[in-house]
Amino acid sequence: MSDSPPTSHTSPPALARPHRAGSDVPFFVVMGGLGGSFVLLIVAMLAADLAFTSPKHFVAALSKPEIQRAIRLTLVSCSISALLSIWVATPLGYLLSRFSFRGRWLIDTLIDIPVVLPPLVIGLSLLILFHLPLGGTNLEQIMQKYFGVRVTYAEPAVVLAQFSVACAFAVQTMRVTFDQIDTRAEQVALTLGCRRSRVFLEIALPQAWRGIVAALTIAWARSLGEFGPILVFAGATRMRTEVLSTTVFLELSVGQLEAAVAVSLLMVLAAMAVLGVVRLVGTKVIR
Amino acid sequence: MIELHDITIRSGPFALTNVGLSIPENTYAVLMGGTGQGKTTILEAICGLRSVTSGRVLLNGSDMTRWKPGDRGVGYVPQDLALFPMMTVRGHLEFALRVRHCSAAMIKDRVAELAHVLGIESLLARRVTNLSGGESQRVALGRALSFRPRVLLLDEPLNALDEATRDRLCELLRSVQKQTGLTTLHVTHSRVEARNLAEKLFVLESGQLREQPLAQLNPLSAENTKT
Repeated sequence: MSDSPPTSHTSPPALARPHRAGSDVPFFVVMGGLGGSFVLLIVAMLAADLAFTSPKHFVAALSKPEIQRAIRLTLVSCSISALLSIWVATPLGYLLSRFSFRGRWLIDTLIDIPVVLPPLVIGLSLLILFHLPLGGTNLEQIMQKYFGVRVTYAEPAVVLAQFSVACAFAVQTMRVTFDQIDTRAEQVALTLGCRRSRVFLEIALPQAWRGIVAALTIAWARSLGEFGPILVFAGATRMRTEVLSTTVFLELSVGQLEAAVAVSLLMVLAAMAVLGVVRLVGTKVIR
Repeated sequence: MIELHDITIRSGPFALTNVGLSIPENTYAVLMGGTGQGKTTILEAICGLRSVTSGRVLLNGSDMTRWKPGDRGVGYVPQDLALFPMMTVRGHLEFALRVRHCSAAMIKDRVAELAHVLGIESLLARRVTNLSGGESQRVALGRALSFRPRVLLLDEPLNALDEATRDRLCELLRSVQKQTGLTTLHVTHSRVEARNLAEKLFVLESGQLREQPLAQLNPLSAENTKT
């Protein structure tokens, strides 16, 4: 009755056999093997550090007055630069997240420069900025004359060098934070008679607290790890501009490997504590 | 009174051109239309969240086309409600009053009155994140009504609610509108909702906004009564 090809309900031999999906073991072996090699590298490095040092070295290193001073300066400078970063990154992240304006791409690019630039170049740029002749004077002299603050090769240079890099990371975190917060509630608040400042303070900011904590800890951790810009802009003067990252360098340069490793492990502990805080408050905003 | 005169709104490839609408004072109007037609866009243009390319927006006779959203006095309940996640129910009802620097006694009285009318007295101290759909709708409605707005805009306020809750909220919307005499524009897909509430019916189709007779909502005149 029809000349359409006959349809067969008998399966070809290959489909007649029951199908087995097979083992997933090769998948996990290959993926886990490749990914695990990196985890293994980190664990091996830490294990080697631990094996190399002993509690005696720790005590010896920590009892040195230079290192005690470096620990204090590290804690203070990292905290100040992290607080400065959050103070700047929160409004900047909000503006970049909520408003599109002419030249925003340029600001986006500029903010990312400290992230991609070699750290040493940031230190060099800061040094040049503060010593570039400005009508017979320079920024360093202006700071000393009008504010009584010496910046280059002093403690403020440590904070500024840390801030220059840490703030870029804090801005990225705050921008992602605000990007993830729905703008509808802020729009409704505008219809209720609010000014933008109130919308920011009462609606956006309370929702961003996890992001703020994350940005603060990231800025702190970045500041802790900063070395290149500090070396160039603040120098590595013992009992003055020495922070823990410079301590490792200085101890290493005088052959005190045990002290360098002990201080390195101290920094690992501090970094792990910071990462723990980020994990605790939720990593959603920084992934 | 809500009037739109020859409004044109452009947003990327989407455009609504020469839209006109007039809702007399103390009237409950319903706006229907398919998804993506621009119903929400029209509400946003009225409350000032979306700027219009040309035309005028008049509320109670005043030209507010260039006014900021906060100066228009529009009570707006968006489709997603957009409650403030870090605030309590009481905080929502107080918010617009605090913005207007009302006295503590006045805020207290107004919150008590709203909570009573909306039946949310027991929820006042609760955060909004764990409220049910119907409770959230009441809070959003209370927040929009709190400052005695000039007009009320509701964007599919009864969507995603079970039938019993929807019927109760329909009743509430009707009684609130009767009590306050607010000019209301309610966007919905549902003929049932429109039939229950509309005193005036507008339909947005293929970029054209037209007033339709209420008889169109009659089940016998409609092809179905889809909700």
